Amino acid sequence: MRFPRAHHLLPLLTLLALATPGLSPHADEPKVIEITAQRFQFAPGQLTLKKGEPVVLRLRSLDVTHGFYSKPLGIDATIEPGKANDVTVTPTATGKYVVICDHFCGSGHGNMKLTVEVVE
Amino acid sequence: MKDLDRRSFLRIAGMSLGVGALYRVAPALAAPGEAAETARRMAKKNGEAVRPFTFVQLSDTHVGAPAALNPGGTQAFERAVKTVNALTPHPDLVLFTGDLTHDSEEPGEPARRMRRFQEIARGLSVHTLRTVPGEHDAGLDGGALFREVFGETHYAFDHRGVHFVALDNVSRAKPEVGPEQLEWLRRDLSRFPPTAPIVVFTHRPLFDLKPEWEWFTSDGDAVMKVLSPFENVTVLYGHIHREDDHEEGGVHHHAARSLSWAFPDPQKTEERKALPFDPLHPFQNLGLRLVHAGPGRRPATATIRPEEVELSMAERSGTEGFAQLLRPSTL
Repeated sequence: MRFPRAHHLLPLLTLLALATPGLSPHADEPKVIEITAQRFQFAPGQLTLKKGEPVVLRLRSLDVTHGFYSKPLGIDATIEPGKANDVTVTPTATGKYVVICDHFCGSGHGNMKLTVEVVE
Repeated sequence: MKDLDRRSFLRIAGMSLGVGALYRVAPALAAPGEAAETARRMAKKNGEAVRPFTFVQLSDTHVGAPAALNPGGTQAFERAVKTVNALTPHPDLVLFTGDLTHDSEEPGEPARRMRRFQEIARGLSVHTLRTVPGEHDAGLDGGALFREVFGETHYAFDHRGVHFVALDNVSRAKPEVGPEQLEWLRRDLSRFPPTAPIVVFTHRPLFDLKPEWEWFTSDGDAVMKVLSPFENVTVLYGHIHREDDHEEGGVHHHAARSLSWAFPDPQKTEERKALPFDPLHPFQNLGLRLVHAGPGRRPATATIRPEEVELSMAERSGTEGFAQLLRPSTL
């Protein structure tokens, strides 16, 4: 009987580690949600988050500088074109929230928003 | 010389600068000798004696806004000019609280719109016009065009014993005043006694009126903290395209209706959408306010009473007369 060699076992062991909760190096890292900003909307335009669960909102602008603001969610960020801005959010209460662009970006700026629903 | 006494000041000029587009500032009556002495001391401190006067607030003319958004164009603005010119007593001063023009990215267009604004405003037969920018005037270029046309976006001046402070909460693109302007405000106010009447005029609300509609200033609390030692502060602002009256910490904040289009009541709807234009009533929900000073509750004090004025089309005013356009304030 031939036993498997070490370099054959390593990938298998790695796969087992990743599949086992608690053993994965990424198990506790917050989920990343990609959000793009482009005059005059955020995409996606709606999010559902869980109360108490941190998420990273990876913000990118496809054109000009935008803002990303919600006082109740503790968000106050600027999204500059050409670089991603990661914002970690941990909602503390259920409900509906509105995140707005608060960096004047043109005539349609006033209605540029993203709706966040926080559930249990 | 003994320092200015707070009680003396209140007897002479106890006033609460209040609501609306038209303000009447009237020192309460007192013994002429004492009044003269206090006025002289105030003049020495403020640079000008307290004397009665009237002023007007106009806001959000949005010159150049597309017809889809503002079907009435500059009609309301032009009508407001005629209305102001017909006021008696005639106001000394008109304050414009921002969004004089609607933004444009077409080269040369912002300057053209600003020139059109100036052309209409020059029709006002008023001694002094003062302006602050709105985000549509200054949000895209940091206030460069505004400064070229009008000068500094934040400044202060005294008029008949009242200290006026123009604050800019739009040029940084975000709704904020910023640390440099806060420091300037602190230094500017440091030379005044706590009883000095102060009128702050700016574009956005300095409190959280409706943050989801960007009706706030993020460092508004810091501004109000700088103003907190002062007992007679009134804040006038625009931006929200509807009248509003808010009192906090003894300060009255008054929003003017616009001279372009109106927004709905934020308590009644989630959508910040312009109210529909009615060609039969083109100035519905637009306009300005008259304010009358009258006897106060305490002897020798003055109060301010607002009174709404609707703009009307000249051809419809007919035999109605100006007085019939007045109705009691709903505030």
